[in-house]
Amino acid sequence: MSLISTLARLEAVDSGRAQPLATVRHRHLTDRPLVVVPLTTAGEAGAPLGALVGTDRAAPRLLAVAQPRDRDLRFAFLAELAEAVLPHIEAYADAVEPAERSEVDPETGKKVKVEVELCADAAQLIVPSRAGLDFVRLLGRSMRFRRTAEDDPDTPYPAPARVPLLGRWLTHYGERARVPGSSLLLAATDLLNRHWATGQSSLEDQHLGALLAWVDPPAGESGAEAALRAELERDRAGQLVCPPAGPATDPAFDNKLLAPAIERYDRARTALAAAEDGIDADTRLGELSAAEREIRSLLAGVMLPTWDAVWRGLDLLRELPEGARAEDRWTRDRWSFTAHRDRVRAGEPPQPRRDDAVTAAQKLASRETAQAQLDAQEALDDPLVLAGRRLAGEAFVGEVTEVEMAYSESKRPSPRPLVTVRTAERPHLGERTKVYRSLDGKPQTAEFVGYATDATGATGPTDDPESAVGLVLRITDRMGRGKEPAPGSVPEPGDRIAWTLFEHDQRGGPKLPDPEDTPWTHGGPPGADRATGPAEQPDPVTAEDLL
Amino acid sequence: MTAVLDPGAAAARATDAILGDTLRGTARGVVVDSPPGAGKSTLVVRAALELAAAGRPLMVVAQTNAQVDDLVVRLAEKAPELPVGRLHSSDSDPYDKVLDGLDNVRKSAKAADLAGLDIVISTAAKWGHVKNVEPWGHAIVDEAYQMRSDALLAVAGLFERALFVGDPGQLDPFSIVGADQWAGLSYDPSASAVSTLLAHNPELPQHRLPVSWRLPASAAPLVSDAFYPYTPFRSGTDHGDRRLSFGVPSDGSGPDRVLDEAAESGWGLLELPARHTPRTDPEAVRAVALVVRRLLDRGGAATSERGPDPVPVTAERVAVGTAHRDQAAAVRAALAELGVTGVAVDTANRLQGREFDVTVVLHPLSGRPDATAFHLETGRLCVLASRHRHACVVVCRAGVADLLDEHPSTEPVQLGVTVKFPDGWEANHAVLAHLAEHRVHWTP
Repeated sequence: MSLISTLARLEAVDSGRAQPLATVRHRHLTDRPLVVVPLTTAGEAGAPLGALVGTDRAAPRLLAVAQPRDRDLRFAFLAELAEAVLPHIEAYADAVEPAERSEVDPETGKKVKVEVELCADAAQLIVPSRAGLDFVRLLGRSMRFRRTAEDDPDTPYPAPARVPLLGRWLTHYGERARVPGSSLLLAATDLLNRHWATGQSSLEDQHLGALLAWVDPPAGESGAEAALRAELERDRAGQLVCPPAGPATDPAFDNKLLAPAIERYDRARTALAAAEDGIDADTRLGELSAAEREIRSLLAGVMLPTWDAVWRGLDLLRELPEGARAEDRWTRDRWSFTAHRDRVRAGEPPQPRRDDAVTAAQKLASRETAQAQLDAQEALDDPLVLAGRRLAGEAFVGEVTEVEMAYSESKRPSPRPLVTVRTAERPHLGERTKVYRSLDGKPQTAEFVGYATDATGATGPTDDPESAVGLVLRITDRMGRGKEPAPGSVPEPGDRIAWTLFEHDQRGGPKLPDPEDTPWTHGGPPGADRATGPAEQPDPVTAEDLL
Repeated sequence: MTAVLDPGAAAARATDAILGDTLRGTARGVVVDSPPGAGKSTLVVRAALELAAAGRPLMVVAQTNAQVDDLVVRLAEKAPELPVGRLHSSDSDPYDKVLDGLDNVRKSAKAADLAGLDIVISTAAKWGHVKNVEPWGHAIVDEAYQMRSDALLAVAGLFERALFVGDPGQLDPFSIVGADQWAGLSYDPSASAVSTLLAHNPELPQHRLPVSWRLPASAAPLVSDAFYPYTPFRSGTDHGDRRLSFGVPSDGSGPDRVLDEAAESGWGLLELPARHTPRTDPEAVRAVALVVRRLLDRGGAATSERGPDPVPVTAERVAVGTAHRDQAAAVRAALAELGVTGVAVDTANRLQGREFDVTVVLHPLSGRPDATAFHLETGRLCVLASRHRHACVVVCRAGVADLLDEHPSTEPVQLGVTVKFPDGWEANHAVLAHLAEHRVHWTP
């Protein structure tokens, strides 16, 4: 944890209110995010229990599984989820704008510009918590290899038509959520924790109710008290007033309310199956519907507080203006969304169970680039984030006091002006350390030459932490091609400039071989050892799959 | 065991076996594990020269530009006539200016300019951008345990066969983002190049260098027991072969007493009163700087097997090691205030592969309220405790043993991942227990 976030947490404890960690919103929020609040069944990995889905906070769509261990009901739930999610995604897939992408021409090997479609916007999914992100991944994994009756007429348990497609989209969203700075799929707790520091532990920060209690405590109550209530308070029936944000449920809810309700449902179902005549069956069908309605209302009761909390969190976040460079990162999300749309439309098979060596290396490299870029962009967008980097000695702000023209020692001398910057900060500068400033949105590089001699003859930092030092920087680029620097490209005395010791842009890593050229050190091309070829087979049906 | 083999003979035997497999073996790869200061660079230079002499075009992959330049210089010392290519980046100042004085070295940012030279050397990062060239018959990958699997993936297409040399006890490569989703895969891109290589090619011959020429007799047993319990090594020198002495007697202060202890025993622990502090603990940082200042002021002189006369311990022969970059920066500032220049101050990651007479270490757990996986990493402590030829002084707040007991390692066990022994918790305790015997309490 950085020093500034530790300070913010201490202040939060002191004041009883969460303290801002940012002055702008560092994640893009679309106008119509699709909020999904999922619940899972205790003790049954991958058995969904219910969900609230929708883009309208006043009208969530309730999905529920009355008997989570019944695979027909589970499929029905997934089919309904597909109907709730896929139309939302597809609405964005069709609205496109023309864009350019550089591709390597396979014949000439040169980079050429290609006209392609880029989705004008992308569908955004919001879940309440990090565990919700994992659940989205799990759902994606459990659905994308399913076979429908159309895929394979002989499959013993065909999945509803759109379920595999939903699995592929959720898998894509789950993978994209691992890219730092991406906003396709976000957890409300992550969003709030990025922008506010609370006075509780980071573990407690995963509790959406407690987190909101710190960020926006009720009138007359401190964040700590409200958070404690959110975590512990129970009603007369022993149920949590603020149920966990899921997908896991509270054991007291499972044992006291849900389990008896499911038992009543099971009994009603058995009774219906045993009905002897039409009138009897009608009565018992009525009992079964009543039992199902009861389960639905129980689930709605524990999901609605979370649903409201997510929307409240989004309201709080929308009060912050969006950071200038968040749009740039959202454009990358749109490219990612478009690329997946194209893969689906081209009829490519679902994402493999495991990445091959090359894909894994590519993903890791691109996420590292994204992380470094995110760190830099957040600092450039937000003076409070920059303050944290300044406190850590990774950036500094200073006033230009002197500019002396100098030139490089080459046949065609280029301008290398020496700029003296006065600052009371203590950046970690060594000889020839590179520093960067933003000049018309592009980074300009300078290198640290040394400390200026001040009026008293002293150089370098002294014991007095308040005293200012003069830093001499040599500007090395972005001054045009001429002998004289382009106008406005050299700082002038009196300018107050923020310099960073970290780069603003990231270079891409080396180009990796194609998967079919995977070298011997990494096991050779994937699928070479499999007689079945590289295409993934669907999951085999095991005894555990059947009730 | 019949007789304790002479260290020189043991090392020579290991080297011959390695060169035999490299020059005449049939396997596509040879892996050499080398403990700290066991002559890894010497081995790399020798293997390179023999491969070149056998007429086999060779590429050498190192991890940093400093390592590359160092290898080029060493090659030129051994074979001043041998044409060597230094492939470098297109940044400003891409290589050490010393290389400009070497006639046999051709430098270029383009691999095509260096085609046909006996040996071409560059960093893994630069090699990764080399495309459309005829593959080299042979490669030497230096510091292969510090190279990430994905970096090897980018360069492995450039060579037919390779010799992988590295130290398994040092810091594992890291990534700045989570890579848990690939944990347990044989080609986990965040794992070390050697673990991927061996997972896919378990039949490759593996060798080990058995003697550390750097570590003194006082340090080798501790480092071997704490960090290499299953592949022990010994020091090339014996007790009494190395001596550290001072021209100026102790003034009785904490820094002077711990220096005397370290000169006497090879280890010293300067223990400050227990306290939770920020990472850049001003007292501890100042204590580190004072120890260095006193070491230089008191005219330290080192006698070793290299010559009969004591050699002054100058600033270039001293290093300060820390866990974090901001700590290193704070120590540099404190040293500058005391007027000390020329001492290498860096993090464990950047001190890897370097050697000094005396090291002063700010303990990674000093003043911390918790012990995270980063601070417990075995390799971090191993690097810090194995850079010295004569003595190592550790500066630390009291109470680290209790801190360790309160924070047993809780890293999740991942299926398919080989559990590393010893873990950092165990290694930290082992080192602390040893340091406790050389403790000097001091309240600044």
